[in-house]
Amino acid sequence: MPSKASWGLKLATAAVILFLHFPVALIILYSMSEETGTFEFPPRSFTLRWFEVTWENESFRNALLLSLRVAGIATVMAIVLGTLAAAALYRSSFFGKDAVSLLIILPIALPGIVTGIALRSAMSLTEIDFSLWTIVVGHATFCIVTVYNNVIARFRRTSYSQIEASMDLGASSFQTFLYVVLPNIATALLAGAMLAFALSFDEIVVTTFTSASGDETLPIWILNKLTRPRDRPVTNVAAVFVIATTTIPILLAYRFTAGTSEE
Amino acid sequence: MMATITRRPSITRRISTFFYHYPGLSLFLLLLPPLAWLLIVYIGSLAALLVQSFYTIDPMSMLVKEEFTLSTYEELFTAANIDVIKRTVYLAAAVTVGCAVLAFPLAYYMARYANRRIKGLLYLAVMLPLWSSYLVRVYAWRLILVKEGVINSVFEQLGLGSVVEWVIDRPYIGGTGTSLASTYLGMFLVFVYIWLPYMILPIHAALERVPKSLIDASSDLGARPGYTFRRVIFPLAFPGVVAGSIFTFSLTLGDYIVARVIGNSVFYIGPAVSSNLSFNIPLSAAFTVVSVVIMVIYLLIARRLGAFDAL
Repeated sequence: MPSKASWGLKLATAAVILFLHFPVALIILYSMSEETGTFEFPPRSFTLRWFEVTWENESFRNALLLSLRVAGIATVMAIVLGTLAAAALYRSSFFGKDAVSLLIILPIALPGIVTGIALRSAMSLTEIDFSLWTIVVGHATFCIVTVYNNVIARFRRTSYSQIEASMDLGASSFQTFLYVVLPNIATALLAGAMLAFALSFDEIVVTTFTSASGDETLPIWILNKLTRPRDRPVTNVAAVFVIATTTIPILLAYRFTAGTSEE
Repeated sequence: MMATITRRPSITRRISTFFYHYPGLSLFLLLLPPLAWLLIVYIGSLAALLVQSFYTIDPMSMLVKEEFTLSTYEELFTAANIDVIKRTVYLAAAVTVGCAVLAFPLAYYMARYANRRIKGLLYLAVMLPLWSSYLVRVYAWRLILVKEGVINSVFEQLGLGSVVEWVIDRPYIGGTGTSLASTYLGMFLVFVYIWLPYMILPIHAALERVPKSLIDASSDLGARPGYTFRRVIFPLAFPGVVAGSIFTFSLTLGDYIVARVIGNSVFYIGPAVSSNLSFNIPLSAAFTVVSVVIMVIYLLIARRLGAFDAL
């Protein structure tokens, strides 16, 4: 094989990367556009006025708050359940282990609509009322896998002899967990939590099936605004908020695991 | 001094020792919360979904009648609904092919030519859209495709406005509306854009696993680079393509946001599920069960093609 890539291949690579990113760049561009009705390219003049207008909009702030609360609670639940699952599975072998790991991955592998309508069916059969908590239940379910994946990958790379050494030196299981295991998995845990948070914060499919009609998370708020051209400037700014709130945790997660993980 | 040594171990120490002696029990207790959660919330819900699909709506009261019947499935398999299912499957298949064509060169460059630093950057550039802002990324295409959007604006400034109209009028890729957002081509583009990272990563992983020695051996035996690519590299990377296609196919099949934000008035499985939801949950459930069955068939084929080893 030639050791240098052909120009064609380089060009194709650059084009695909551009394709993956220019639409998001456009949103950021138009969130600062003076023009409100059309998306003339390039925009004629720029303003930061819409950021102020959006921030003063009460329904926007409520939606943002609800999204932050849901993502926060779902992330905490995913951390607990995902870490327990990873701790249980990484060194053990038992009948049905593959089924358990499949079960953890399933909620994210099946399309959101399946998870959403399944939860909706269950809530309708058991007559549970929609609330913040029904949204959280759905989100926590598909967030477990991100924490699980990150933590189990770290466990596999951590030598078990460290834990044995800690026990031999007289530490109890709790002390071993606190002083040996936790520092080892801390960054992986944090990375998993960041991804879970990002995943939950902009989730929309499952949320539409499990939220009360008055409860708008930020993505649902945006979706409801989409058909109203008058609200476009505000929608664009809200979209920028979502981009920032999901991109930053992902970049942090990448930093936490860079160099230590093949993932 | 003696007293300290003979003091009974603390309660936490005794609990800790107890668990150390019963690893099976500690495994069980570790696994219990996540497993119970997933079994009750998730598997329970999927079971509820299946049950719902065998209920039906009472035509008089418009309420769900909770007794076993196949009439919802009879209602599902009418010509109009079968068209919806077929159209969605075609779209999902087209999107899968589109993703594979775009993903392969990038994955190939990443795996074979990029140095460590570039590879890290490219990896991040692929990961970021995978995890972030799904709705926002769909919405961005609305800015691009609508009548007063970016594409129309650029083409009109170039004096090529008629090209856009010509595309909209084409059969199969065009549509009935007045903008690109209402065309099949528009939906296809958005889906390819949204799911592309899911195709890039497994192909990249599969290409990374092709041993360098095999490629050297092939060229030592006289194969030209193109021949080596066709006969050695591509067959080894193909399970990666199939693995990626699982995601692109299943995600397109189940999506209903893209059709709502972009698409035309034509129905797909996703929108059909959500529009029936408020007045006919059993029909929504039956639609979903059908798409799960299609997915399971797809997964079985994918497994035969070796996709699971490439995940």
